Amino acid sequence: MKLSTIIDKLNLEVVVGTELEEREAEGVYIGDLLSIVMSKAEKNNLWITIQTHINIIAVATLVDLSGIIIVEGMEIEKDAIEKAKEVGIPLLKSRLSAFEVTSKLKEIGL
Amino acid sequence: MKLAYDLHIHSGLSPCGDKDMTPNNIVNMAFLKGLKIIAVTDHNSMLNLEAVVEVAKKREILVVPGIEVTTREEVHVLCYFSTVEDGMSFQDLIYDSLANITNKEILFGEQLLFDKEDNIIGKVEKMLLGSSKYSLEEIFNLVEKHNGVVVPAHVDNSSFSILSTLGFFPDNIDIRTIEVHDMKRLKKMVGVLNLEKYKIVNNSDAHYLFSISEADYHMDLGRATVSSVIDYLKAGCDIN
Repeated sequence: MKLSTIIDKLNLEVVVGTELEEREAEGVYIGDLLSIVMSKAEKNNLWITIQTHINIIAVATLVDLSGIIIVEGMEIEKDAIEKAKEVGIPLLKSRLSAFEVTSKLKEIGL
Repeated sequence: MKLAYDLHIHSGLSPCGDKDMTPNNIVNMAFLKGLKIIAVTDHNSMLNLEAVVEVAKKREILVVPGIEVTTREEVHVLCYFSTVEDGMSFQDLIYDSLANITNKEILFGEQLLFDKEDNIIGKVEKMLLGSSKYSLEEIFNLVEKHNGVVVPAHVDNSSFSILSTLGFFPDNIDIRTIEVHDMKRLKKMVGVLNLEKYKIVNNSDAHYLFSISEADYHMDLGRATVSSVIDYLKAGCDIN
């Protein structure tokens, strides 16, 4: 599913938008311990987390994730936003919890 | 001179610390073990520091003012300071930055304050096991402002360590010295860190008296002073 579709249907805030029309999410991974995300998340997963440290961008690049949704309205660190722009990782945000976001993703058929 | 150390000991102020971890018990156990340098690093508080410093004078053990801070990312870092004053002013900032949640003794344990005779003189109300509002980078900057040094704690542990929580060492902070819990496990992590870059310290992370380190790990210092310890940790591999 296209990221642009997901953003529309879930009403996500786009913090960093890169190739939103081209990028496809093929599944979801949820996790906040980056060591686990690095080893368990799969290519083109959309990653849901509350971790906002700059290292999330490196992890997303490393695993080739389609994008990151920061949930619970957590404030994202400035250097993380800069890095996401630099390497082209879509950074999205929602006030909802990981469970609520995941439920909605399921509803729209992801 | 080579001095035996243990720079990560919890007192009864840490909710998970045994109530027998009093200033006199800690210092005397360190003395029996032949340690010359210790640090009592409670979670997000240094309020037992002054009692420990007083008691340690009699035993001629050097006490490095220290604290184990939980950063916003839930990484545990040890922070050490040259003077009690710098340490205490840093600890005030950390305590203020903790969420206002009252400690539940039945779940987490008591948070005891001692005087130099080991009398319980109070309890800390706020739960010390939470995390500070400051990010790892902000903690580095704050510690630097207070002339201290940051040593990431038990980097090889599967929880609350920089490697488990953040995956690898971020390059926006200048880490020189790291604490390791299990060297064998750390050596398997060469994919995410270059071991040659860091000085490694081994501490007990003792929550019980019997866990305090034997005199197995030493620091080679020119002078037995707190500021020499701070310089040693700040220098990392540079002085090898």
